Amino acid sequence: MRKNVRIILSFALSLLVLVAQAQNPKGKYGTFALTNATIQTVTKGIIQNGTVIISNGKITAVGTNVAVPQGAEQIDCKGQWIYPGMIDGGTRLGTVEVSSVARTVDNNEVGDIIPQMKALTAVNPNSALIPVTRVSGVTTVLSAPDGGLLPGTAALINLHGYTPDQMYAGFEGIVMNFPSTGRRGFFDRRTDEEIKKAADKAMEKINDAWEKAIQYHKLDSATKGKGVSYYPEMQALMPVVRGEQLLMIEVDASKDIQSALKWVKEKKVKRVVLMGVQDGWRVADEIAKAGIPVITGPVQAVPSREYDRYDRAYANAGLMKKAGVTVAIRTANAENVRNLPYHAAYAAAYGLGKEEALRAITIVPAEIFGVADKLGSIEVGKSATLFVSDGDPMETKTNIKQVFIDGWQIPMVSRHTQFYDEFLKRDPGVSKTQK
Amino acid sequence: MKKIFSSLFLLALLSPAWAQVQRGNLLIKNGTVITITKGNLENTDVLVKDGKISQIGKGIAAPAGYQVIDATGMHVMPGIIDAHSHIGLSTINEATQPNTAQVWTGDAVDPMDVSIYRALAGGVTISHAMHGSANAIGGQCETIKHRYGTVDAEVMKMEGAPRTIKFALGENPTRVHGEGNSIVPRTRMGVEFVIREAFNEAKEYMQVWDAYNAAKGQKGFRGAPPVYDGRKETIADILKGNIIIHCHSYRADEIYMLLRVCKDFGIKKLVFQHVNEGFKVAPELAEYGAMASVFADWWAYKFEVYYSTAYNAAILTKNGVVTSINSDSEELIRHLYHEAAKTQKYGGLSDEEALALITINPAKQLGIDSRVGSLEVGKEADIAIFKGHPLSTFTIPMITVVDGLVRFDREKDADDQRIYVDPKQVADNATFHEYKHNHDNCLEGAEMTMTKLFGLN
Repeated sequence: MRKNVRIILSFALSLLVLVAQAQNPKGKYGTFALTNATIQTVTKGIIQNGTVIISNGKITAVGTNVAVPQGAEQIDCKGQWIYPGMIDGGTRLGTVEVSSVARTVDNNEVGDIIPQMKALTAVNPNSALIPVTRVSGVTTVLSAPDGGLLPGTAALINLHGYTPDQMYAGFEGIVMNFPSTGRRGFFDRRTDEEIKKAADKAMEKINDAWEKAIQYHKLDSATKGKGVSYYPEMQALMPVVRGEQLLMIEVDASKDIQSALKWVKEKKVKRVVLMGVQDGWRVADEIAKAGIPVITGPVQAVPSREYDRYDRAYANAGLMKKAGVTVAIRTANAENVRNLPYHAAYAAAYGLGKEEALRAITIVPAEIFGVADKLGSIEVGKSATLFVSDGDPMETKTNIKQVFIDGWQIPMVSRHTQFYDEFLKRDPGVSKTQK
Repeated sequence: MKKIFSSLFLLALLSPAWAQVQRGNLLIKNGTVITITKGNLENTDVLVKDGKISQIGKGIAAPAGYQVIDATGMHVMPGIIDAHSHIGLSTINEATQPNTAQVWTGDAVDPMDVSIYRALAGGVTISHAMHGSANAIGGQCETIKHRYGTVDAEVMKMEGAPRTIKFALGENPTRVHGEGNSIVPRTRMGVEFVIREAFNEAKEYMQVWDAYNAAKGQKGFRGAPPVYDGRKETIADILKGNIIIHCHSYRADEIYMLLRVCKDFGIKKLVFQHVNEGFKVAPELAEYGAMASVFADWWAYKFEVYYSTAYNAAILTKNGVVTSINSDSEELIRHLYHEAAKTQKYGGLSDEEALALITINPAKQLGIDSRVGSLEVGKEADIAIFKGHPLSTFTIPMITVVDGLVRFDREKDADDQRIYVDPKQVADNATFHEYKHNHDNCLEGAEMTMTKLFGLN
């Protein structure tokens, strides 16, 4: 009976909410005081019974002895936690709406060497996937292009804003799909010889592009930009050649990882991150020795070889970390980027540990992307991109109560919650005339 | 030649005798026992005799010769059941006609599929090895027990499990047949027609046989028997209530369509699979008594799941629909306990409700709930033991028991768990999945259309 009363009450409440939100709710900007919270700063420990002040889009105070500014909207977070917004170091979010409908897929341009193609320009700020993701506490994602060898420029975006520029989170990187000697899936029926041939040919193309980029850079430097003609591919690669921009090398098989490390050394590429790295545990020492960070994932994945231990994909992040590799975690997904904390949790349970797992989806990717001055932890001066939860976000039972992105209080509504509100107790039910 | 045939026939007759299922004796000591149907019991022992649960209680002494597992600090629950899977099968789609009711995945069981071991490592003891979704009426399916270690396909089958058949609505059958082969169905109208036509033809077929059977006993009858038709024979068995329909479906309208068709033909045993928009017709499903087997949070990988929600399982459950969470994936099957836990975030289901989604409810959907799906005396000893609560993301499945035999033990897990290694296989043969195409596993093996589907599906 009590349960019934509760159901009726919550139903009545959700009706009220529906009435109150006849329009799509908007974000809210202002000064907020989140009080009485347990604050997981990530970089400076846990603060019990603390307050976070949000003003002008930034975190302006953090601690136990913090005065609430006049006019601030006070949100009592008793029994709740504050975490920095989670960062997914590799997704298709924003550029892919329905992955099987080609018309809605914008992360895959024609061409092998097209680093000038910018993911940011194809990010759809009104994607239905974005609210679904951010209400789960994932506030910031790398939206990456895919396809050829140098498929384009990835962009870090915050999941709030009405134009790509409003969403841009201050990092762009050049993606490289390192020629693969592995198979792409059950449907890949090429012989080993064919695979090797294709990989060799691809490597030639990359090397050719890299040589050209170096020449272009030299010419550009010698003539102070006046002696070079319009060459968009090379213009896009030049900052990587110069060590000004990060090269994000997508690579999985152990042999390919070794080849990639060798290639990076030979070409003296200054700023590199390895992406995916499913076989990383096999060559973890070598990655660590090269001092190159990785963004690995998905963690919830099957092993790449039939003879591998069943839990290799879960354990990969932990094994790499143990060897001394800097590890961030990604989902490599679009519609279920919201599961990022669960990928981290699996890595945690199978060796990475909870603390490192949390870092792998907050401060570590922020550092890799060079935005740790703005994102990745709860610290004064950083962007107010954070969330309030009733527990550890890596646990499924935990609910996210509030989300702030760049100081904007995000409406906790998505297609998924709207359907829940409408259909939990559908009206009319089976009979159209019956209430 | 004739001799070979007759000896083959003899072998076929003998094979059930070969299908010797091993059953174990076992005592699981001092765990937190999650019975599913009768609450949780702290510091409790579970005694297994000859593959069945013979006693649940405290301080049970191990009879001589029994294996003893110390489950102190661990959670002991029924083996997880996946009502939608394609592991343990060498092929899944007979994508040649819109109606292939005559085929049966039981003829394609591959007991050496390492995915079975990996599923065990996720606490899963039974899966519904389904035909794919290329056809409006696909093939019959097999319920398998994860007796990994046997090389006998017959041993893998769950003896006595009810017959089931795969149906499929929406994009997959219309794409494969309408778009791919320019035959009906190209639309959801065509899908309904294919199913109604099959039911009507089977009804006629039954009438012809009934008439023949009634007549043949009569004196002086000289007529020939009607032509046997395996496809119509199967559909007739559906109409007689001997086969449970498991229907791949997404959109509310097509779900409602099949409810109406089944109502017209008096078919009661109906489970919808995937059923992403089931929440939109939850009252209708509940009223009909149709069940639903869903993903926890998969959506937007194809257009027909764009307007769906992760709250689906909770809405269905709260509307009184018997609901399960399935995998349809060799990956997802390894963490169904985690998928079930998502219903606590999306809709606030209780521990009991959430765990029922992967135990007793899928057992009901497969018609095996009197034998498995909960820890009760007399039931088969399919048991999963977890370090940590199974609904926590930090939990680790430690031991999985099928028929009282330990089939997975994390402590004794070896790197290479394959039973059979193809001597021609290249040693370093790795597969790196392209996650950018979230494949509909149901369409695997629809080879002829694969090129068309890849990137489109």
